[in-house]
Amino acid sequence: MAETHSLQDIRQQAAIAAKVFIQRDYTNGTVCQFQTKFPSELETRIDKQQFEETVRTLNNLYAEAEKLGGQSYLEGCLACLTAYTIFLCMETHYEKVLKKIAKYIQEQNDKIYAPRGLLLTDPIERGLRVVEITIFEDRSTGSGR
Amino acid sequence: MHLGAADPMRDCEYSQISTRSSTPMESPHKKRSARRKWQAFPGRNKFYCDGRIMMARQTGVFYLTLVLIVVTSGLFFAFDCPFLASSLTPAVPVIGGVLFLFVLGTLLRTSFSDPGVLPRATPDEAADLERQIDMANGSSSGGYRPPPRTKEVIINGQTVKLKYCFTCKIFRPPRASHCSLCDNCVERFDHHCPWVGNCVGRRNYRFFYMFILSLSFLTVFIFAFVITHVILRSHHSGGFLKALKDTAQLRSFTVDTVLEVVVCFFSVWSIVGLSGFHTYLISSNQTTNEDIKGSWSSKRGKDNYNPYSYGNIFTNCCAALCGPLPPSLIDRRGFIQPDTPQAPPPTNGITMYGSTQSQSHMAAATPLLQSEPVVMAADDPPLPARTSLGGPCATLPLGQPTPPPAPPT
Repeated sequence: MAETHSLQDIRQQAAIAAKVFIQRDYTNGTVCQFQTKFPSELETRIDKQQFEETVRTLNNLYAEAEKLGGQSYLEGCLACLTAYTIFLCMETHYEKVLKKIAKYIQEQNDKIYAPRGLLLTDPIERGLRVVEITIFEDRSTGSGR
Repeated sequence: MHLGAADPMRDCEYSQISTRSSTPMESPHKKRSARRKWQAFPGRNKFYCDGRIMMARQTGVFYLTLVLIVVTSGLFFAFDCPFLASSLTPAVPVIGGVLFLFVLGTLLRTSFSDPGVLPRATPDEAADLERQIDMANGSSSGGYRPPPRTKEVIINGQTVKLKYCFTCKIFRPPRASHCSLCDNCVERFDHHCPWVGNCVGRRNYRFFYMFILSLSFLTVFIFAFVITHVILRSHHSGGFLKALKDTAQLRSFTVDTVLEVVVCFFSVWSIVGLSGFHTYLISSNQTTNEDIKGSWSSKRGKDNYNPYSYGNIFTNCCAALCGPLPPSLIDRRGFIQPDTPQAPPPTNGITMYGSTQSQSHMAAATPLLQSEPVVMAADDPPLPARTSLGGPCATLPLGQPTPPPAPPT
């Protein structure tokens, strides 16, 4: 079943069977966290452990972006003193972590999800509301819808 | 309608394509329509400088604020500072100048930045949520009146209700609220301030607070030194009335002094009061919205407490003012990709946008998108849904008024 698909082919020619949305988990407040519950639609495509590992890593990365600590306070105070002009030349800690997240998602897509006909969409493109997983039709076995 | 199913597909020879081309952050490879996302933004906002500046629709009061600050400060620097610099110390105009620049900077930053607007759900998300709501409630119980759309979540031991937003088609995160004036859901919504011409939310609350704090200092400063100026002149000339007669700029002296004193007097009471109120809010980690509704007051119940507070005033203040600044979630200056629908197409009738969002019941909504999942179609250009939203949404009852300058409790 582990046919490798090219992402370009998938996006251009493969039909989308379904989309799964991983919603936000608000039990820790307004911090950006996603639910780790394994959706039933992915059962045939990917390991539960693998999926949970991905979501957990994403959650940790977002927690790191929003962490209140020495570095964020320092950045905040420095920004206030320079009347926020410092952000014209420097990017915020949050933006740096978002770039890390984008790289991680891309790497996960390349290594794990694309070969299984799945595609993770970076949550920032959906306003940090959901992790959108697109399930492509599996042409090799002719299954899917 | 499926994508290109007719093309013969190669069986085994795949070239590994990088996933980088999936992000819309890159410049588009085919600019069929070189439209930026702000041009198709569904909320009621105005954009300037090609999407860099974002404000609410009504900006008249903002210009009034600017004029008041600039004119009063201008009069101070022109008429009072020369005398004070020579008779007291040149530090007076310097400090005044620094304060004035800080006030202007924070005001502009508050007014022009994105307060933390949540982008509306894509059609696929909305359909998925609809499905989940129907499954949870049981579609048969819908009948005449659709069931209430709320989700309960336990945050730090406190039960919080998340409401479904009919306009944005999302379950609002905790502390988010829908501003009826701007027609957007805003994260950590504080209030809509006509004086700054924008909503005050998660991303610009600290600038708003710095603005009112520095404005308090500025008004007190100007007030104090204008009075000092009058007193000093009276001393020099041996009497107040004699001072008035002796000064060459007799008329301008009285007029601008009176103007400054009047403006500053009224501003001091209201602005200082407002600063005090917001200092209280920051130290208890509440929003104006929550305070007005009494969400966390002990009057609602013995066990009612604020689950977002960090426990001590210092941490609350640091979190609000020096915490990490999240980036804007609406990619204003990105280009619209021809194959991703930007906003839910207005094909299902206007009623869903005109539905009232009363807190007691969500009765008026017609069923939203139908249940079949939307398949991406590469050919259709995105529909700018702006025009259809403008008309029916004239007055939604969920208006968030500016708070009166309440005295600190």
